[in-house]
Amino acid sequence: MLEVESLHLWRGERHVLRGVGFVLSAGQCLQVTGPNGAGKTSLLRTLAGLIYPESGQVRWGGRDVRADLRAFHAGLAYLGHEPPLKADLTARENLRFWIGNRQRVSAKQLAAALTRVGAEGFADRLVRTLSAGQRRRVALAALTLLPVALWLLDEPATNLDAEGQRLVAALLSEQLARGGLAVAALHHELPGTLGVVQALELAA
Amino acid sequence: MSSSSIRVGLPVNEELDGGQAGALAAVALALRRDLTLAFRRPAQLLQPLAFFALVTMLFPLAISPQLAQLRLVAPGALWAGALLASLLALDFLFRDDAQDGTLEQYLLSGQSLTALLFAKTAAHWLLTGLPLALMTPLAAVSLGAPASALAAIVAAVLLGTLTLSLLGSIGAGLTLNIRRSSALLSLLTLPLSLPVLIFGARATQQAIAGAAVLAPLELLAALAVLGVTLAPLAAAAAVRISLE
Repeated sequence: MLEVESLHLWRGERHVLRGVGFVLSAGQCLQVTGPNGAGKTSLLRTLAGLIYPESGQVRWGGRDVRADLRAFHAGLAYLGHEPPLKADLTARENLRFWIGNRQRVSAKQLAAALTRVGAEGFADRLVRTLSAGQRRRVALAALTLLPVALWLLDEPATNLDAEGQRLVAALLSEQLARGGLAVAALHHELPGTLGVVQALELAA
Repeated sequence: MSSSSIRVGLPVNEELDGGQAGALAAVALALRRDLTLAFRRPAQLLQPLAFFALVTMLFPLAISPQLAQLRLVAPGALWAGALLASLLALDFLFRDDAQDGTLEQYLLSGQSLTALLFAKTAAHWLLTGLPLALMTPLAAVSLGAPASALAAIVAAVLLGTLTLSLLGSIGAGLTLNIRRSSALLSLLTLPLSLPVLIFGARATQQAIAGAAVLAPLELLAALAVLGVTLAPLAAAAAVRISLE
């Protein structure tokens, strides 16, 4: 269970998060919306423990995540708005180094994940030659490999075609179905039904 | 709390969960990744080496081919060259990884950021400091050093560049999100590197003169040990602040 209590965050002169709070239980998804610059990315980065808020608390399983950030991070997958891929490595190598840092992963699992997101056709091409949508798919493949309880996704469906949007929706509902949680900044509604979705709208 | 206890109650795909990667495995993988990446872009590696070669080979041409005079300036030329070459190489230590989000994922990997950054710094030294040390005999000979001095000079450069890479990792961590930060990075790192410059030049001078080199070498080794133990901690703290 993710509990967030009155987060206040300042970035320079701007009061970005003004008392954001919510409770998310197992199997639930929080959809964060709001205009550009409303603080969606800041909220996700604060939840991930990358930014320290001025006040407020993020609790995971009843404990302040700051008490043991590394344990919290081991159970968390964060996907920023740019896929963290190296242009000079192939999609498969990227995935191997990214996931391998966290958990043991076999070549078979990598191949299965790449196939799942429809990336098997370009898995062995250098990422610099891939389109933005193809890169996004590689990042999604990483998500399918991380069996963690909490997903923090920043615009996961950007640059994806209709079929890609359905893929994001399917991955999210799988995560929720197995009792996982997700906080996603989403501009557009994803196709299909996701299950339990709460909404949080940030004002500019 | 261990990571497994955080996943309690979540019926994950058993087949997928190969267990958390050990710290050593993660470090080895980070090291391999950086080496793989570097060899995809060899030009970036050659730049500091070419700089070092040029500096040390231009000195004999500019000063005088007389051995006695060359030997007088050899330690200074060699070490100023090595210091500036490793500064040149520092620029790409963390920059790319910060820009594409790799460092963020390192921070969120549940592994020790200190260990991962140490792996990055080690890779950086293997790609810049080690080749620099391997080129040193050539540079030293062109500056008039006798063959008997070469072993000590190479040892000094090996130890010195290791410390420089480690010191540089702190500066590089602090200047991550400052655009065109090369000048600032040099300003931060150069004063801290002066002991390396002084002891390194001293060791080289002693070696050329045929005197005992153990004392300056031991001091360089002490600096390297200090760097290995403390610099990754400081670099990790710096990166955490920079990424916020």
